[in-house]
Amino acid sequence: MAEYISGVITFSLIYVIATVGLAVFTGFTGLFSLGHAAFFAVGAYTASILTYFYDVNYYLALVAGMAMAAVVGTIIGYPTLRAKLRSDYFAIATLGFGEAVRVLLENLEITQGARGLPGIANETTLTVVVIATILVIWVARNFVYSRYGRAAIAVREDFVAAEMMGINLFQVRMRSLLFSAMTAGLAGGLFAHYVSFIQPGMFTAYLSTQLTASVVAGGMGSITGPVVAAVLFVAIPEALRVASMWRLVAYGFLLVAIMVFRPQGLFGYKEISLHSFRRLFRKEVS
Amino acid sequence: MFIQTLVTGLAIGGIYALMAVGYSLVFSILNFSNFAYGSIIMLGAYIGYYLLMEMGVPVYLAIGGSIAGAALLCLLNERLAYSTLRKRNAPSLYFMISAMGTSIFLENFVYATIGSRFYAFPEVLTQQNFSFGGVSIGMLDVFAIVFSFIAIYGLHYFLQNSRTGIAIRAASYDMQVSQLNGVNIARTIGWVFLLAGALAGISGMFLGMKYMVYPTMGWITNKAYIAAVIGGLGSLPGAVVGGLLLGVLETFVSAYVSSVVRDVFSFSLLVVLLLVLPTGLFGKFLEEKV
Repeated sequence: MAEYISGVITFSLIYVIATVGLAVFTGFTGLFSLGHAAFFAVGAYTASILTYFYDVNYYLALVAGMAMAAVVGTIIGYPTLRAKLRSDYFAIATLGFGEAVRVLLENLEITQGARGLPGIANETTLTVVVIATILVIWVARNFVYSRYGRAAIAVREDFVAAEMMGINLFQVRMRSLLFSAMTAGLAGGLFAHYVSFIQPGMFTAYLSTQLTASVVAGGMGSITGPVVAAVLFVAIPEALRVASMWRLVAYGFLLVAIMVFRPQGLFGYKEISLHSFRRLFRKEVS
Repeated sequence: MFIQTLVTGLAIGGIYALMAVGYSLVFSILNFSNFAYGSIIMLGAYIGYYLLMEMGVPVYLAIGGSIAGAALLCLLNERLAYSTLRKRNAPSLYFMISAMGTSIFLENFVYATIGSRFYAFPEVLTQQNFSFGGVSIGMLDVFAIVFSFIAIYGLHYFLQNSRTGIAIRAASYDMQVSQLNGVNIARTIGWVFLLAGALAGISGMFLGMKYMVYPTMGWITNKAYIAAVIGGLGSLPGAVVGGLLLGVLETFVSAYVSSVVRDVFSFSLLVVLLLVLPTGLFGKFLEEKV
């Protein structure tokens, strides 16, 4: 039982890592990526190929996965962000990119095609994931509160005005895309070494939409909101195993309901912190 | 070989064009990518299959039923998922997320209730072949090409000549001004979704007959998005040309290079095209609304 609970926590936290990255990109630049499963897959494959075929150290392999995801992120991000695509075009381009990566993984020699890689070393432990999650959230928080993050918020609110104030649109978007690609790559590497089997079919557009769903449901422009949403989205269906068929039905329904009834997401632009609890408490006292 | 490939490409392109037109129709008026469109196509195929196999109605009635069912679903989708956003003047990002939610919901609802089984239409049309001058073409393909063009031409005629069609064109040009001039926007948008849904029903039937009926078949609309982008989002003639072009190019790639690189090719084509011609072949220049 304890093992099962730690498994659910590990899974949730791996999703949290990827979601935080996407929250920094979508939530703070206003662009909508539908291809983040590709970065997840690239991280997973790079890390596991390195440990599987070349006996590279696990941590080194994770870093390599992140680096590879960043390289792939540059390949898709550089042309599309440079051309300043409209948000729809960008979403469709990333959707296509995600599918293209999956088709490539299915047909490459080293990834063993659709059969996938079985028996990857089972290295990811709860401790590693907890530390990684804390690090990622900490870096994301620092990023958001830095001048780069404030520039990103300006771009999200009104990119024309932001550009006129001298903010380099391309640079801001590229930087947050690279950050989110790297976190997705890290999550992929952790995931591969936790379940010890990966195949291209795991990284479909569904994964991308699940990540985006968490960000939207948690509130665009918040870090903690998506974290809570990601945990809820992974942990609750995991606990209610019966509902697994209906999980994605609920996702879809939630997305529409949130857009119609509460477009700012569950937490809006707010962050959850000790401070907000204190404020809640104070209100009750007075 | 060359002409054979061309004809096959045109048959696939015809279905792509049909889907791209329905997709472009919605884009031209609301300016967002309707990701739910693929699921409507999928449901249209299921309705057609159910009518044909379970109720035993003739093929033509089944196609009619699929058209009517998909059109109503599309209208329902607009009323439930988009109309509140429209009234609030929400940014197109919200529309897109709502559409994505609808798509996930419908697809998985079918998974959870009907199941992931693949259903095949009876091989009535697929078996027969026409051949002339060394080129053989399936009856279904002929039917698809002819029917696609009739449907697209009918839509064109409707848009050019009917009062509703004129209202739709006015609204797609400027929604606010047309509203000031007495166009009932809610009803006009309802019409747009009904028409797009009708096209979804037809293409769902043809896709189901050509391949199979299964919950994720709506993903083929990714190709329709690409076709619409090639032609220029929101432009109906562009969608037709883009669909045919994509169908023919894809068939040539899979015939002469390999069928594996086909999808990678389409998506690379999309990215390259977006960089070179961001507004597509027939698109008007569209700035993100400030």
